[in-house]
Amino acid sequence: MHELSICTAIAAIVREHADGRPVDRVRIDVGALRQVVPDTLAYSWEVTVDGTPLAGSILEVHEIPAVLACGDCGADTTISVPVFRCPCGSTSTSVVSGQELLVTSLELCPV
Amino acid sequence: MHDHDGHTHDRGERDVGDHSGYESGDLRVDVLERILGENERTADANRSDFAAANVAVVNVMSSPGAGKTTLLCEVFARLAPELRVGVIEGDIETAIDADRLAATGVPVALVNTANGFGGECHLDATMVRSALQRLALDDLDLVVIENVGNLVCPAEFDVGEAARLMVYSVTEGEEKPYKYPVMFRSADVVAINKVDLLPHLDFDIDAFESNLHDVNPAAGQLRTSARTGDGVEAICDWFRSVAETHVRVPTPHDEDE
Repeated sequence: MHELSICTAIAAIVREHADGRPVDRVRIDVGALRQVVPDTLAYSWEVTVDGTPLAGSILEVHEIPAVLACGDCGADTTISVPVFRCPCGSTSTSVVSGQELLVTSLELCPV
Repeated sequence: MHDHDGHTHDRGERDVGDHSGYESGDLRVDVLERILGENERTADANRSDFAAANVAVVNVMSSPGAGKTTLLCEVFARLAPELRVGVIEGDIETAIDADRLAATGVPVALVNTANGFGGECHLDATMVRSALQRLALDDLDLVVIENVGNLVCPAEFDVGEAARLMVYSVTEGEEKPYKYPVMFRSADVVAINKVDLLPHLDFDIDAFESNLHDVNPAAGQLRTSARTGDGVEAICDWFRSVAETHVRVPTPHDEDE
């Protein structure tokens, strides 16, 4: 349940950037290679912000697929299971995307 | 609709600081901040302190009951004559493991994570930082951080370590690297522990090693039994090499972006 820790960290970032303005929506990028469960994250967000000025804000999770770049054949491959091998057979791969864990933007409440 | 501390913020009159992307009338605020950035900054501060004290640090992770503590007791007994070892012990509750490790003669700083928010399932860089004050780093060569037993959360939190050891027991099944790829990918070395039980199990160790290689082709693999001592010397050699070289190994956030 490190989703609670993650939500606490998100709330700190949101508070800093919102600077007291009411927040309607928080957008985050979560890579597929992060062991973070979007539904658990949404629930943890409600728990984390309950009773704070951020209560009622929506946590919008954008899932980013895991993509490998092959060091041998140069191809980029999107993987859906955690096997870090290029279709060419090479295990000399690097992760192009899928490790993201970012607050990307906020949507403020209209005044 | 939102109760935000009762103040009205008139955008025209109030300095809202440097919020790049924010303009008057625009409801979108661009942020682009790493969620674990604060933890990463604290981990870097820990790393600086470790470097200043010339101490090598290993983060040891596993599921509950894989045999971390028993294996570490065996390792410390062998390393004691040559290396000055200290331990940071993370547990949700109790000092049971800390007491077992202290019985080997090493100084132990215990962190009970239940003091944190909701009883944390992992150590983060701040918890490790608080424990550092209770270890005389300048008098040590190697600090071993025994993380909370958990196959998911500890892998996400850099605590400033140089290297990561994962202890995995043969009673846990061959398929686990596919189910817990973040943890298995974060390890520099995986100790495949309790191999003395293999004759009593259906566990296919070759299949496990192949699965682990699929998920983390770069990980070292060592077969161990803390009970019989098999492979313990090889783990000790790995600790010795970390203590000697202070290997700086990639941590998960190095691969970001």
